[in-house]
Amino acid sequence: MNFVVPDFYPAAAEIFVAVMALVIMLAGAFARSVRWLAYTLTQLTLVGAALITIFVPSVDVSYTFSGMFVSDLFGNVLKLLIYLAVGVALLYGRGYLADRRMERPEYYLLAVLMTLGMMVMVSANHLLTLYIGLEMMSLALYGMTAFDRDSVRSTEAAMKYFVLGALASGLLLYGMSMIYGATGALDFVSIKDALYFQTANKTVLLFGLVFLMAGIAFKLGVVPFHMWVPDVYQGAPTAVTLLIASAPKLAAFAMTMRLLVFALFELAEQWQAMLMFLAVLSIILGNLAAIAQSNIKRMLAYSGISHMGFMLLGLVAGVVSGETHNAITAYSAAMFYAVAYVLMSLASFGMVLLLARAGFEAEEIDDFKGLNKRSPWFAAMMMIVMFSMAGIPFFIGFFAKLAVLQSVVAAGYVWLAVLAVVMSVIGAFYYLRVVKVMYFDAPADDAPIHAPAEMRVMMSVNGLSIAALGLMPQGLTYLCWIALLASLT
Amino acid sequence: MLESYFPVLVFILVGLGFGIVPILLGRLVAPWRPDSEKLSPYECGFEAFEDARMKFDVRYYLIAILFILFDLEIAFLFPWATVFQDFIAAGEHAWFVFGAVMVFLAVLVIGYIVEWKNGALDWE
Repeated sequence: MNFVVPDFYPAAAEIFVAVMALVIMLAGAFARSVRWLAYTLTQLTLVGAALITIFVPSVDVSYTFSGMFVSDLFGNVLKLLIYLAVGVALLYGRGYLADRRMERPEYYLLAVLMTLGMMVMVSANHLLTLYIGLEMMSLALYGMTAFDRDSVRSTEAAMKYFVLGALASGLLLYGMSMIYGATGALDFVSIKDALYFQTANKTVLLFGLVFLMAGIAFKLGVVPFHMWVPDVYQGAPTAVTLLIASAPKLAAFAMTMRLLVFALFELAEQWQAMLMFLAVLSIILGNLAAIAQSNIKRMLAYSGISHMGFMLLGLVAGVVSGETHNAITAYSAAMFYAVAYVLMSLASFGMVLLLARAGFEAEEIDDFKGLNKRSPWFAAMMMIVMFSMAGIPFFIGFFAKLAVLQSVVAAGYVWLAVLAVVMSVIGAFYYLRVVKVMYFDAPADDAPIHAPAEMRVMMSVNGLSIAALGLMPQGLTYLCWIALLASLT
Repeated sequence: MLESYFPVLVFILVGLGFGIVPILLGRLVAPWRPDSEKLSPYECGFEAFEDARMKFDVRYYLIAILFILFDLEIAFLFPWATVFQDFIAAGEHAWFVFGAVMVFLAVLVIGYIVEWKNGALDWE
């Protein structure tokens, strides 16, 4: 029997988060009356996981658990950003949940389990590890979407999310089984080798790839698998919408990268064509449909669809007629875009949470009327976010779009770049409408903004970071680039 | 080629036998004094054939979910137990393999404690 005790060090952060999830579960059962305990433990878990991620593993690529799990710089950078996104999202959502009597320990337990699922997804080096991570994240999110048990809309959203999510997982699994059938391998390194030496049955492989793409497209929420996005974003409690719209996008990006680039890179020409189709449709439909929305959560959902489409453009530009020298730059542009989107998404949904109060949701665009008169500072923050999302220089959204467009043009798809720019200009309309409503309309209600101090501070830091990273994007660009360079070669 | 499917044929025959023989034996040997309770599929619980949209107690779900959890735990332990023998025989890593399954059980025990504490095991 050749059994080797696995090396646990590369997975130290995951193990820590899993243990802490049990601690939070016990704390929730035995100290239910201590309101702050679950929240504090959750934030400490995220901080602890970040410290472990920074200090324990080496920069080198290390595989463990018989090649099912990988720890590399790409994964570690994304994990750190995921901790940050989850931590900020929980901080923003806390007051909202407390106002609606939903701040129960189970909420934080689900958030920690969701984080663990995303970490497993990011570090997966095996089709099954990836799937387990994905389901762990998704199941926690379904539960959180239905967290407002008495609200019909919340329940309906959770139901839709669950049924469509299960369907997408089924498609993904079917695709995985095809790829296993064609290559005889489940771990990404062996799949890559099987493709490189062309021992795999190409027809079955492509068939599997199509199903895989459908699953990925669903999880990213891109057209034509986007139907769930607006309904779930609108129906879920805003604090949960914030969670769905932020960190899982990073995890979905990691999943896309692991499956398509780390495992199926030899098929790049094939999946690029599919991604291009998804990206073009998403950018067009997302931007056009967002114009018609009066509900800001729905508008941001459609804007998210178009942003995900834009991010996929970066992945389209990797391989051009067999040449791969553009690949790292293009993929790091996509990664930068994902990070920028998460920052903006946190700030925009955070602003909806900031304006909400007990018995009032602030989810219509009209609820932002005259925000400048009520709070000039937060109106300015929202303006920064909207400008950044529209891609107006010099905010982070502009550089994210610029980097993606540069790699698209370098790959020779000029028509694609022109289309993306034209659609961004159309998209600027609905972002600027929010700014117009805030600055030029009379306020509909003059209730003072009621929010905890730490949320106000975090909101300001978030808004200012979008502006600051827009002025100095080099650090983040370099981080994305070096992470991919260290992990891919 | 074809003879490798012989076990399948045996399975089919045994399966058919299991289904048919007891019913035939029951008809031939057992006394036959039917009443409405005896003819219904289940003597207790819900009616088998009625409107599916009726209301029933959500606690049934809870019991069913808890049952599945702890039932599956056993399903994991059986294959582990057969492999564990080989590890003991080889004298290597036996404690590691034992510890691994104990961690698995510890997680379930924590879940059990939380259920108990939250009152999921009380019917009233």
